[in-house]
Amino acid sequence: MLNASDKPIFNTVARLLVVALAMFAFVFVVMVPLYNVLCDALGINGKTGGRYEAVATRVDESRLVTVQFVTTNNAGMPWEFKPSTTAMKVNPGAVNSTVFLARNPLPQAMVAQAIPSISPARAAQYFHKTECFCFNQQPLDGETSAELPLQFIVDQGLPRDIRTITLSYTLFDVTDMVKGAVATR
Amino acid sequence: MGEHHHGPAKGLKRWIFATNHKDIGTMYLWFSFAMFLLGGAFAMIIRAELFQPGLQLVEPGFFNQMTTMHGLIMVFGAIMPSFVGLANWMIPMMIGAPDMALPRMNNLSFWILPPTFLLLASTLFMEGGAPAFGWTFYAPLSTTYAPPSVTFFIFAVHLLGLSSIMGSINIVATVWNLRAPGMTWMKMPLFVWTWFITAYLLIAVMPVLAGAVTMMLMDIHFGTSFFSAAGGGDPVLFQHVFWFFGHPEVYIIILPAFGVVSQIIPTFARKPLFGYDSMVYATASIAFLSFIVWAHHMYTVGMPIAGELFFMYATLLIAVPTGVKVFNWITTMWRGAMTFETPMLFCIGFVVLFTLGGFTGVMLSMAPSDFQYHDSYFVVAHFHYVMVAGAVFSMTGAVYYWLPKWCGRMYSEPMGKIHFWISFVGFNLAFFPQHFVGLAGMPRRIPDYASQFADFNMLSSVGAFIYGGSQILFLYNVISTIVAGKPVSDDKVWEGAEGLEWTVATPAPFHTFAVPPRVK
Repeated sequence: MLNASDKPIFNTVARLLVVALAMFAFVFVVMVPLYNVLCDALGINGKTGGRYEAVATRVDESRLVTVQFVTTNNAGMPWEFKPSTTAMKVNPGAVNSTVFLARNPLPQAMVAQAIPSISPARAAQYFHKTECFCFNQQPLDGETSAELPLQFIVDQGLPRDIRTITLSYTLFDVTDMVKGAVATR
Repeated sequence: MGEHHHGPAKGLKRWIFATNHKDIGTMYLWFSFAMFLLGGAFAMIIRAELFQPGLQLVEPGFFNQMTTMHGLIMVFGAIMPSFVGLANWMIPMMIGAPDMALPRMNNLSFWILPPTFLLLASTLFMEGGAPAFGWTFYAPLSTTYAPPSVTFFIFAVHLLGLSSIMGSINIVATVWNLRAPGMTWMKMPLFVWTWFITAYLLIAVMPVLAGAVTMMLMDIHFGTSFFSAAGGGDPVLFQHVFWFFGHPEVYIIILPAFGVVSQIIPTFARKPLFGYDSMVYATASIAFLSFIVWAHHMYTVGMPIAGELFFMYATLLIAVPTGVKVFNWITTMWRGAMTFETPMLFCIGFVVLFTLGGFTGVMLSMAPSDFQYHDSYFVVAHFHYVMVAGAVFSMTGAVYYWLPKWCGRMYSEPMGKIHFWISFVGFNLAFFPQHFVGLAGMPRRIPDYASQFADFNMLSSVGAFIYGGSQILFLYNVISTIVAGKPVSDDKVWEGAEGLEWTVATPAPFHTFAVPPRVK
């Protein structure tokens, strides 16, 4: 089939196909992981890090930072979900704890996942959670309530111009996803 | 293999099994014009609804389907295939090649398109309606909250991506391997150069678009969470992936238009193009810069200040090579023996209006001012100045310019001029007032608006109907030229025309350059 004069054309095509396939792979193996790594490293999408191992440090008694708690239910999520206290004044470096109240008003058992977000986003890297219900999924039987604990430290390195940090939790219904995951296993 | 001189096959088979670059180019051009009318019909529905404040004609949900389908059809169905059609017709003739490098793949990349757009248009009749999330299909609108038809949309995007990649590989393979002896890189006509670079852009970013819709598909049907916060994903990631495709995409649309204008202006100014080398380098720099400016579409998502500044300065930088091009076109016309035939009018219209669209682009590129303009009608005005007055005007000019060579008949000059002036006035009446309502705060993609925007919107709708109507005149002009235009016998057609495509007979024979010409 191939004439001698066609060979350079097929070489060009082969090279270009490799480029196209490489770009398709680039999305999955470079763009997505790179986005997550960058957001993690720079704390730029307001996402907080995972569990923080507390280190013994001096508590900064010279200033108080207000931490506000906001809760939202994602569309279609029927749980009652609210903070036990809407705001706390804390010293940077001190370990603080609070609880959130959740109630499943439906008769059937459900699983929820809370996703935290910090505002201003610049404060995200200075907000450490040593214990958080958001690290795990929260199963609740029908018509039961639970207290969801949170323990956090505001870093001493928090820029002095940030006096208020808002921690927002959005509660998602992941019952179907968990079921699906079990079914495929 | 024993194919020697023969004419086209007879009847429908000629088109279904077409491997001739001219036949495939013709099919691309007609198909894109049909899509242009369909997308235009959707635009007419949008403008009719916006004629007055309040909800008159359509449901808001249907209005959203119209804005979405208008954008998708115009970008992927009208503008892109029209330039691919032009590339098919002209590139082999401009570089002295007998045909495209891969004629059978060429046939496939065209014939993928009609079923694909039939599939996309059929979503309008599906339960839940057509995609209604805007042509940018941001997640989670296009995943969690999408109508069921989104799966067909995803499949359609995969198919037209495939078609574009095959078309581009064909163009690059042709330009690399089939140039006539003596046709060195820096002797290539600028239309070939701009398409050559565009084809590389397409090969680089269409797979990224395919990746974006694949991730959507997996989020919707296979339980992944690329864009769903509930599973630890991030909807902002979608915007980054989309615009990493989407920004090069706007240059994919406009670079071939630059090429067309760079062919037509020298012909009617009767002077060689000013600054040929700088045009080539400017095109290449624009293509390079297009990869590092994507986030200027998303200044308001909450980027760090360093990111805003980087994308702002990189975007402003694009004004430099673009300015080089605009000044080169003006300098080409400077002291030229100019005449104002229809193709030239469309190109001068292009230079003026595209520059206006470029200026509003510079305004939008500045992050602080973009925070005010974001998602307003100012953005709509901006991109219609570059997409319509840019790409569509140059394409219309190209059709008038090369139509006599294609069919051996001359269009009616008075009718062409009437078409130009009606489109010029209609276009500006439609889109110029949108700058003002946008600056005053009218949001885009909303079927209703505050009553203080009523007058400008009415003007805008009237202008849109005029511009839409002028396309019917265009169709009439083209058909009447093909059927009953005055025969042209001169190979050159235009007094000032230069280039290999003007050395073949008029009308262009079915096979050209079976023996490669020697370029001095």
